[in-house]
Amino acid sequence: MLQVEDLHVSFKGVQALRGVSFSVEPGEILGIIGPNGAGKTSVLNCINGFYRPQRGRIIFHGKEITHLPPDARAAMGIARTFQNIALYRGMSVLDNIMSGRIHHMRSNLLACGLWFGPAQREHTAHRRVVEEIIDFLEIEEYRYHPVADLPYGIQKKVELGRALAMEPRILLLDEPMAGMSVDEKMDMARYILELKEVRGLPILLIEHDMGVVMDISDRLIAMDYGVKIAEGPPSEIQNHPAVIQAYLGEEAG
Amino acid sequence: MEFVVQSMVMGIAVGSIYALIALGFALLFKATKVLNLAHGELVLFGGYLAIALTGVLPFPLAVLGTLVIAALLGFAVERVIMRPLFGQPLLSVIIVTLALGYIIRGLMVGIWGGDTRQFPPVLPAGLIRLGGAQVPQLGIWSALTAILLLAAFGLFFKMTYLGIAMRAAANEQLTASTLGVSLTRVVAYAWAFAAIAAAIGGVLLGLWLGVNVALGFVGLKALAAVILGGLDSIPGAILGGFIVGLVENLIGGYIDAHIIYGFKDITAFLIILAVMMIRPYGLFGTEHIERL
Repeated sequence: MLQVEDLHVSFKGVQALRGVSFSVEPGEILGIIGPNGAGKTSVLNCINGFYRPQRGRIIFHGKEITHLPPDARAAMGIARTFQNIALYRGMSVLDNIMSGRIHHMRSNLLACGLWFGPAQREHTAHRRVVEEIIDFLEIEEYRYHPVADLPYGIQKKVELGRALAMEPRILLLDEPMAGMSVDEKMDMARYILELKEVRGLPILLIEHDMGVVMDISDRLIAMDYGVKIAEGPPSEIQNHPAVIQAYLGEEAG
Repeated sequence: MEFVVQSMVMGIAVGSIYALIALGFALLFKATKVLNLAHGELVLFGGYLAIALTGVLPFPLAVLGTLVIAALLGFAVERVIMRPLFGQPLLSVIIVTLALGYIIRGLMVGIWGGDTRQFPPVLPAGLIRLGGAQVPQLGIWSALTAILLLAAFGLFFKMTYLGIAMRAAANEQLTASTLGVSLTRVVAYAWAFAAIAAAIGGVLLGLWLGVNVALGFVGLKALAAVILGGLDSIPGAILGGFIVGLVENLIGGYIDAHIIYGFKDITAFLIILAVMMIRPYGLFGTEHIERL
């Protein structure tokens, strides 16, 4: 459903990606691992449209999207979260998740806030979707809190919630568990698995916690210095010599 | 006492127009991070164009036409000048707006000359008594119009898809684009709205004071209002507009009448100086804290 072919990205001579290819299959969790600077986030940035690769193609549901702007890709159902949380800090949890509904409001000029007629009905429908997500992520008690005041782990959940509110067809998660406590990581892993199993949502996941990423991914890609060095099921990647070398340095190989 | 009441009413009246002009300025800054130094010239453009159109059309249609043309000018500036400059250093872009301002001003003077031009009398003129003070009726009418329009802009940003998308993009550009907001569209509309707000300001001030090149300098007062409120705060810009209007008429007016003449027009800039020394990020602006 998502094919990435031969991506090349360089910034002023620094090659961030040098020919990365892979595909995401329907309903799978594909994990991307690799040391810092391996180019993992650059891959996500290419897929959601922040970067235009100098070479290579990205195909989503049979349509080439390599040259579409980010908003067009979002409208096609590509949702993402960020390594550094990018929420509207002054707004409440509810409003932040509601902002994920923006592109579903396009049909109606008077989107929200009018208290009568079709606009009101539409608002109610959006609110219902948002409430389901709030239930799912178990953040009911924070509904009206400004996100800036909330603990880091909760903010990460809100960001996931906003991506879900877009009703995406693929979810790109950039380190969804970074900086979380063990309990919070277990919760997040549970949500991610449930999204895959109940909704059949394909997920592309960057994560540094090897234990978690090995546990929840169906397949893994390992990257180093802008190239894919290994691909396969977690058990295989775990013992792959190139992967061990990338993490431990030259001599270990 | 009479002086105080009269200055307050005048201050609020002028302030509401400044607020409207400052709103356009702040909106554009929020959406694009560009300080539009041609904003005052867009005010001037609105005033001149509306007067010219009243020559051939009834007043309401002339105003409507002015707004449509202002919006088109905004779109054109974005498409022809700003979009190709995307990704260039911000300072270069700001200098380009300065050049744009001079070009617009030059064209206006070239076409319509340097004399003060007046609107035909469309609003009731004369003075009315208010709490013992005499206030020009025109000021009250333009203030009411400005306040009504401020409310309309407020509703627009709260209730329409475009308004919500613009706020989303103004807060976090890249994030908004991942949510499906088209940044090119938002930036184009931001220019159009800035031009419309400026043109309305030009018409309202023009109705009251007449239009000549000096009207363009009101753009700098809007800048003062916006800096006072905090560059990235739209409510701050509106409040800033009212404060500049009030201070200008109360303090500036007093000094003008009793100490030195010509002080009124510089009070706004003294406010900038004072604010920048005490709160460099403005009254409502975001305080940037950098970790080193």
